[in-house]
Amino acid sequence: MATISADNHGLRLATRYAVLVLIAIVFIFPLVFMLMSSLKPDQQLLQDTASLRAFLPVGDVSLRNYTAAFDRAPVALFIFNSVLVTGVTVVLSLLVCSMAAFAFVFIGWKGRDFLLTVILATLIVPFETIAIPLLLIASKLPWIGMDGLTWGWLNSYHVQIVPFIADGLTIFLFVQYFKDLPGELIEAARVEGATWPQIYRRIVMPLAGPVLATAAILKFLAMYNQYLWPLMVVQQEGYRPVMVGLQYFFQQNVAWGEVMAYLSMITVPVLAFYLYLQRAFIASIASTGVKG
Amino acid sequence: MKHSNWLAGAAVAAISLGGAAQAQTTLSMWYHGAGNEVEAKIVDQIIADFNASQTDWKVEMQSFPQAAYNDSVVAGALAGNLPDILDVDGPVMPNWAWSGYMQPLQIDETLIEGFLPGPKGYWDGKLYSIGLWDAAVALVTRQSYLDELGLRTPTLEQPWTGEEFMAALEAAKASGKFEYAFDPGMAWTGEWYPYAFSPFLQSFGGDIVDRSTYKTAEGALNGEAAIAFGEWWQGLFTNGYAQASQDPADRDSGFAAGKYAFSWNGNWAALGALSTFEDTVFLPAPDFGNGSKIGAASWQFGVSASSKHPEGASAFIQFALQDKYLAAFSNGIGLIPPTKTAAEMTDNYKDGGPMAVFYDLTKAQALVRPVTPGYVVQAKVFEKALADIANGANVADTLDAAVDEINADIEKNGGYGH
Repeated sequence: MATISADNHGLRLATRYAVLVLIAIVFIFPLVFMLMSSLKPDQQLLQDTASLRAFLPVGDVSLRNYTAAFDRAPVALFIFNSVLVTGVTVVLSLLVCSMAAFAFVFIGWKGRDFLLTVILATLIVPFETIAIPLLLIASKLPWIGMDGLTWGWLNSYHVQIVPFIADGLTIFLFVQYFKDLPGELIEAARVEGATWPQIYRRIVMPLAGPVLATAAILKFLAMYNQYLWPLMVVQQEGYRPVMVGLQYFFQQNVAWGEVMAYLSMITVPVLAFYLYLQRAFIASIASTGVKG
Repeated sequence: MKHSNWLAGAAVAAISLGGAAQAQTTLSMWYHGAGNEVEAKIVDQIIADFNASQTDWKVEMQSFPQAAYNDSVVAGALAGNLPDILDVDGPVMPNWAWSGYMQPLQIDETLIEGFLPGPKGYWDGKLYSIGLWDAAVALVTRQSYLDELGLRTPTLEQPWTGEEFMAALEAAKASGKFEYAFDPGMAWTGEWYPYAFSPFLQSFGGDIVDRSTYKTAEGALNGEAAIAFGEWWQGLFTNGYAQASQDPADRDSGFAAGKYAFSWNGNWAALGALSTFEDTVFLPAPDFGNGSKIGAASWQFGVSASSKHPEGASAFIQFALQDKYLAAFSNGIGLIPPTKTAAEMTDNYKDGGPMAVFYDLTKAQALVRPVTPGYVVQAKVFEKALADIANGANVADTLDAAVDEINADIEKNGGYGH
């Protein structure tokens, strides 16, 4: 009886692992395809797509596509721009949205519920519908920078950052997480005489690791994949991000090897960021039930 | 004394140089060729030559990737941020001119009298843009295929009739040697459809829109000729001569791999075909009853409506029209020079050159796409209709729906100024 049970357990385990491996393959193979294709000349790349060779480093393998990609476009500049814009936006967004959520959850004030409802309602408004009004506003706003007071935000880093610092989804994530924190903690701190900024900084945020990771990853992906907005507001190559840069490779005859090399390079920051926050991200999903 | 003379001389030189530098007014320019090294080098050279040739203007260029260019211009126009000089795809120009993005060129039009018609961008009787090249499509095949299949080699003077073309496809199909007899280029979408396929419709006697008024597509896109075209088009796929959906890899290398007997492709792919098969030939479009037609007009230069220095911007464009630059573009990226004199300066298009036929094809058969601001919408409607018909949709119903959509758009926009 005990043997049968052990066998069943082993079989279940084997089945579970087989399913997980299959799922892993489905998700990993596109990345493997991209990496392998980036090492092959176009002709071979296209021929290999019809067989398993597409996933193997076989044939005329070299780094020529990477060299050619750097010749065709300022790849390092595009990656730098995207990492800078994304990094600054993520940091500012976590700060501003967590503060907003803190105010919504812990501080009682008139109109709080109504305003939260309005913010959450923005989740259903696609960015495309506000892109043109936003462009018209951004093109006329003042900015004080190194050159003093200037008018119009076009062709800058801040035009790619500021409009995306606050957003409904990030506020929503923080609100949901903060609601699950024990209210006694906050009450005890208030009784002890702690101010709201002290409670935010010393009690709430130290407990917010998982939601910070989740919000950071989602924000990072959204920002790093920005295409329409930078296309509209950036006309100078010096400020272009990676997704607009991708279009450099789509000429009349597409250089697919270079496309794959470029994609492999621009995927590195995303993977690195995800791997860095992976544990906290999964913890957050497990604790809040929020799907990424 | 000698020392003070030297100092005085240096001061005068510095003042004159400073004065010259100050006198040069900067002209901004947007160009669609980012990522195309060869093209960028030629444009950079023209700009450097122009900037050095005079002391009034200094052109500074921003390059955009082609796929993102039109959206960037529209966004720039909305934000009031257009440059002085911009380039524009020929058929899109009327829309940008009508939308108030562009102003007429101030160039000596006698300079372009000898140009092919395609590169001249006229709208409302005024020259808004001018191209430094043109592009053309041809029926690409091999002389050996024609010989093996027992087919007459069509000429510019005597192209294949529609019946001869279909007989050629049937012969290729019956030979069993090819996966498909014909490769129309279904892997390419967007502008390829109206550019490459609307000339077939025009050869049948139809059109995307009624060019006599530009106020309706009724009769042009759903009349008898258009329905005959639609049925012919659908027959290409239902009879197995061509594939309705195509792998991009096959479009790139299918003809070279021997999958297709005939490929409908542009001059930009001609050198590749010639290097694969020495006996590659470029045949004129078949004549379906109203003459052989091919598309025309490629990218052209113009001046933005918001430019404060249209005379400077026009001066740059006029400077770029020199034969040596037209020839440089042709030698660099394989496009058709717009003048015979420039063509004679190129390796490929001079008399007897391997691609000289494209110059003749363009001169004899080219028909620009409908010259109307509504074209940008009409092109998309036409593309969708043709894709649907290729995939089995009812021809008459699909064309009727396309006409309704085009007419509704024309009406919504008050007739687009026609």
